[in-house]
Amino acid sequence: MQVKLPDERGHFGEFGGKFVPETLMTALEELEKAYAKYKDDEDFKAELALYHKEYIGRPTLLYFAERLTKHYGHAKIYLKREDLCHGGAHKINNTIGQALLAKRMGKQRIIAETGAGQHGVASATAAALFGFECQVYMGEEDTNRQSLNVFRMNLLGTEVVPVTSGTKTLKDAMNEAIRDWVTNVETTYYMIGSVAGPHPYPMMVRDFQSVIGLETKAQIHEFEGRDPDVIIACVGGGSNAMGIFYPFIGTGTRLIGVEPAGLGLETGQHGAPLTKGHKGILHGSLSYLLQDDYGQILPAHSISAGLDYPGVGPEHSYLKENELAKYDSVTDDEALAAFQLLSRTEGILPALESAHAVAYLEKLMPDLSKDDIVVINLSGRGDKDVQVAASALGVQI
Amino acid sequence: MIMIKLNRIDGLFSRLREGNKKALMPYLMAGYPDIETSLKLLLAVAEAGADLVEFGIPYSDPLADGPTIQKAANSALRNNVNTDTVFDLVKRARQRTEIPIVAMTYYNTIYRYGLEECAKNAAEAGVDGVIAPDLPPEEAEPWREAAQKYGLATVMLAAPTSTDGRLKKVSEVSQGFVYCVSLTGVTGARTNLPTNLTDFIKRVRKVTDKPLAVGFGISRSEQARQVSEVADGVIIGSALVSLIAEAGDNCIKAAEKYISDVKSAMDS
Ligand SMILES: Cc1ncc(COP(=O)(O)O)c(C=O)c1O
Repeated sequence: MQVKLPDERGHFGEFGGKFVPETLMTALEELEKAYAKYKDDEDFKAELALYHKEYIGRPTLLYFAERLTKHYGHAKIYLKREDLCHGGAHKINNTIGQALLAKRMGKQRIIAETGAGQHGVASATAAALFGFECQVYMGEEDTNRQSLNVFRMNLLGTEVVPVTSGTKTLKDAMNEAIRDWVTNVETTYYMIGSVAGPHPYPMMVRDFQSVIGLETKAQIHEFEGRDPDVIIACVGGGSNAMGIFYPFIGTGTRLIGVEPAGLGLETGQHGAPLTKGHKGILHGSLSYLLQDDYGQILPAHSISAGLDYPGVGPEHSYLKENELAKYDSVTDDEALAAFQLLSRTEGILPALESAHAVAYLEKLMPDLSKDDIVVINLSGRGDKDVQVAASALGVQI
Repeated sequence: MIMIKLNRIDGLFSRLREGNKKALMPYLMAGYPDIETSLKLLLAVAEAGADLVEFGIPYSDPLADGPTIQKAANSALRNNVNTDTVFDLVKRARQRTEIPIVAMTYYNTIYRYGLEECAKNAAEAGVDGVIAPDLPPEEAEPWREAAQKYGLATVMLAAPTSTDGRLKKVSEVSQGFVYCVSLTGVTGARTNLPTNLTDFIKRVRKVTDKPLAVGFGISRSEQARQVSEVADGVIIGSALVSLIAEAGDNCIKAAEKYISDVKSAMDS
């Protein structure tokens, strides 16, 4: 049996915690209390379940990928279709949950950070649905490579604030969102988009995303009468992976998180803190990070903006340290190949983030037999990525 | 190991208390505008009337800082300043001055250096205390233990949003003084002092006898004087850093004049 984590102080073993300016500590304590109060509240659960079903479109399908299975000729491959969630990615599971909480806490304004723009869109969606004012911080570089999502957020009534500090990507967007929160903490709810940040966010976001794993468990039992042998998910901040892993931790199913190796681990141009990083503190929690010998955060690189983050949620560091999950990486090119492979074999365009999980089949399949069952968390759809993919493949559109 | 040496910070505040004076505590970014000039600035402000210097160790992701200090940090990092560079500057400053020096940085630079190593090297260089705005009392114990072993004070921050319970916890853990964040926000010069500052300081006074220093947003002499009426120390960061940025080659003279003006306003 698993020990229930995090502990009262928000620690997963040595990881996690609350490393934030004092100005935010009271707000975090309030959030903790509110979450503790509502998470088991019948009304809250009923409302969340209603939005799951009637708005997000849950349960999402667990789809048997027959042609992909044949392509490899080893294990049976299932896809958990989070790309079919309203908005096109798993991110909405979290934002609806947090919005319901923010509503009960009496907040009127929501802020969020975004990388690919997927969490930004999911936050903007929840804000529109519940009538919150919403501002999303987005690195300037990301506003350029994901301009479609910027416009989408604007349509949803959200203001996108381009962030020009630091590396102009997700980590800087998160710094800027935290600075906003430090300034407006009394009126504002900070909607963090992954299992990162200070306690209680890693726990809360995991809980909201664990619907993915719970559904997967029920669905695979319906199809196969048993747990899968392997579950694969991509890891940026780690929320889709935590969501599908969580009900399977310590049960014998092999859990594999795939980090972006970018241009190659050896080039230093990647986003793989669990594979190549060192322990440290970023954005409020202790976890593995990309950093230099003096603790300066190093820029990450990935073809997929949603994985372009030098940190990772603390619970993943805990799972790695305790060998409860395994982490590996695939390069931009490998992800791009998987992006095309899944499109052609199954008629499903995966997000470039999710394509990292699909790409891992190349490494995994040779070790598996026909009786094995693999589930891939298809965290999002690829429509947002066609421009990036085209340019990477040298196609002019 | 027993440390008998009285920490320079404690010495400063007990001296000031006897003379009924308040501390002027400027913030400088180590390595900004360049490595040598930052050392000269430290010595110059000490000469000009500063009572304690906060010396920033630059960090890539300073989430409690506004644009002014962010820019200074980035520029120091571009000058290849790292934690050892800063310790080395302090070591050199120590040949010339006994002013208390508090290193201000974010916890990751300390953690990555190694808690014990960092405390040891900082203390050997002549650093008297450390402030890390992202290290609340709940997470501070491992560092505080290492710091204490080498006679370094760990200064905690109190905020207007802190509950009375938290103010108590923060003050109990804090050493040397309590850093009272004047406003709900990040660092950066502001035109006006927050209206509820006096009430906030009163709330902190109620839970502790330790010296209280107020920082964030203070820029003009008149503001410093007002703050010194309620607090034991006045911290000036962004205003000094932007003055240094604007003065260019004249930054040492400009900083000296600014510090001596503020100091006379506080003493008047
Ligand atoms: C489709 C998709 N998958 C994965 C991620 C990575 O986030 P996480 O690791 O938190 O699931 C993102 C982030 O934007 C995303 O849009």
